Amino acid sequence: MAKVLMKGNEAIGEAAIRAGCVHFFGYPITPQSEVPEYLAKRLPEVGGRFVQAESEVAASNMIYGAAGVGMRVLTTSSSPGISLMAEALSYIAACELPVVLVNIMRAGPGLGGILPSQGDYLQATKGTAHGDFDLIVLAPDSVQEAVRLVISAFELAEKYRNPVMVIGDGMIGQMMEPVEFPDEVKGPPLDPGDWALTGCAGREKRIINSLYLDPDFADRHNRKLKAKFERIREAEQRWEAYNCDGPCDLLVVSFGMMSRICKTAIEELKAEGFKIGLFRPITLKPYPYEALRKAADKAKRIISIEMNMGQMIEDVKLAALGTKPIDFFGMAGGLVPSPDDVVAALRDSLKKAGAGGKAR
Amino acid sequence: MPKIQIMMERCKGCERCNDACPQGIVKMSKDLNAKGYNYASVVEPSRCIGCRLCAISCPDVAIEVFIEGAQYEFFAY
Amino acid sequence: MKKIFSYTEGLTRRPTHYCPGCTHGVIHRLVGEVVEELGLRGRTVGIAPVGCSVLAYEYFNCDMFEASHGRAPAVATGAKRTRPNLIVFTYQGDGDLASIGMAEIVHAANRGEKFTTIFVNNAIYGMTGGQMAPTTMPGQHSTTSPGGRNCDEAGYPIRVAELLSTLTTPAYIERVAVHTPAHTIRAKEAIRKAFELQAEGRCYTFIEVLSTCPTNWGLSPRESEKWLENVMMPYYTLGVKKRPEDFDGGIFHGKH
Repeated sequence: MAKVLMKGNEAIGEAAIRAGCVHFFGYPITPQSEVPEYLAKRLPEVGGRFVQAESEVAASNMIYGAAGVGMRVLTTSSSPGISLMAEALSYIAACELPVVLVNIMRAGPGLGGILPSQGDYLQATKGTAHGDFDLIVLAPDSVQEAVRLVISAFELAEKYRNPVMVIGDGMIGQMMEPVEFPDEVKGPPLDPGDWALTGCAGREKRIINSLYLDPDFADRHNRKLKAKFERIREAEQRWEAYNCDGPCDLLVVSFGMMSRICKTAIEELKAEGFKIGLFRPITLKPYPYEALRKAADKAKRIISIEMNMGQMIEDVKLAALGTKPIDFFGMAGGLVPSPDDVVAALRDSLKKAGAGGKAR
Repeated sequence: MPKIQIMMERCKGCERCNDACPQGIVKMSKDLNAKGYNYASVVEPSRCIGCRLCAISCPDVAIEVFIEGAQYEFFAY
Repeated sequence: MKKIFSYTEGLTRRPTHYCPGCTHGVIHRLVGEVVEELGLRGRTVGIAPVGCSVLAYEYFNCDMFEASHGRAPAVATGAKRTRPNLIVFTYQGDGDLASIGMAEIVHAANRGEKFTTIFVNNAIYGMTGGQMAPTTMPGQHSTTSPGGRNCDEAGYPIRVAELLSTLTTPAYIERVAVHTPAHTIRAKEAIRKAFELQAEGRCYTFIEVLSTCPTNWGLSPRESEKWLENVMMPYYTLGVKKRPEDFDGGIFHGKH
């Protein structure tokens, strides 16, 4: 299929349709509103349902209802909206329902700003909502990868009956890039299996519920959910190791759009003879700790570069476990570091690593 | 002659059937059911007219109503 | 012997946890009977709230969701919109619907979602032990209005049926009660009408049912019924508040 130039938010909407999802419940919030706008036009064309909810709280409970009756469903929002969806995500994970949600991050905290940021990393990977449960979190670095990850998000959501979040900073949603879509709708319609509420005609009634008054059952259920996540951890970790084959002076760890800016900076310094690798996690959860450790072992020093005040660095530390010194460089508030900003930060780390490039 | 059947173990002794019975023949028994409630019971079965008001009032669906032959239709329900 | 009143297939055989004399049980039976008698049970999905009737998912003999507090109308929207052939109902208490869930119920009604809501108004929070609800009466004692609801601070009780009736979108809205056999029989008619309208795909349907709460009102079942009649009913007047045929969208079609 030919490449088209498309805005990230719209590409995300189209990708959902190509994944066989024709139902959307959402709410306007910059910088992701083009997804509901696009789908409000497109879904009727494909026999789907579009509903603008009265709030993200309502939208998140609407997808709980749609997934519960065995339908593929999508919601998208931005940072404050995702916070409002927290409770429903805990219910959806507890009830093991397949939903896909997209967070196009904006600067926080509070009302924050509408410019891009990566300030929801810990919210997505650690503290989404109450109780022990895990989202699968995928972080694209381009509009094309966003399309790919939205499609695989639906596959993962159904394979594990678990909520899956695709998370991108504002640029992923707002920028236009050439993108290609699979022609036909991928995969069969969602199989309601033995759990979806399709009406009890001809079978026993079914219940979708996350109230556990019996602690033994609740404990067993928690263990079942944790065992499921272990299977996800073993099978679904994804990352990109760029320029990481041999030993290097410095390993940059960065995700999403930020990692593309780092690549530009790395190329620039490569010309000066510095050996800098980039490790880019694509699944922020399950986080690729082992793979990052292997890359870290070959580096003198590590630097985590993010568009926040330092969140993924906690996972970088977990991967390295004190074996290597770790620096941090980040901007928040919607500021996007330029390649020059990154080059300057890398030079500092290189100095600390005692790395001398070619004489300039 | 109409009669009602009370599922004694479902009764919580709330007496709503007692209040509803136009014949005043449903009373709370002296005995207790497994949950410790004085359950409802019919004191004069012969005076039951099969009007179903006891069953309609029961919050615990503990009463079923039977009749012999045609029933005078008090109301549609 | 012919059985003229039997245990409805619309409910499971599970005894309920409701307190003695609480009329949740009667309302459950009416809904179960209606769904069964209209032949809808096989394609019905009910949504239980958070509150005393949270365990309704064990009692209704059809597919059931348990929703988070106040969000049942949103869950119902998601279910009904994506599987329109389902018959969907939310069963909610006054804390769930009129407090935390007010935005959800107003907007579901305003969008004209084609599901049915059974709204149980017992003027108190039951499950959590008797706190003041939006429907608690002036001067009514509760664990969070110990001196009686002070309307200068907590405002006056909300009449949800009337509130929703002001929306232009077509709907069937009626308030009923179940504290006497006669009222219970009429309540069942209202609930049947609501499910019939849903089966026709006609409009949003909302039945507010005045219900007793002996435990948290601190009254016997019999006294509770009197209190409901003497204190609640003059304020929460029974009757049809809105019919789909009352729709007046004339202003949008140049008629006014």
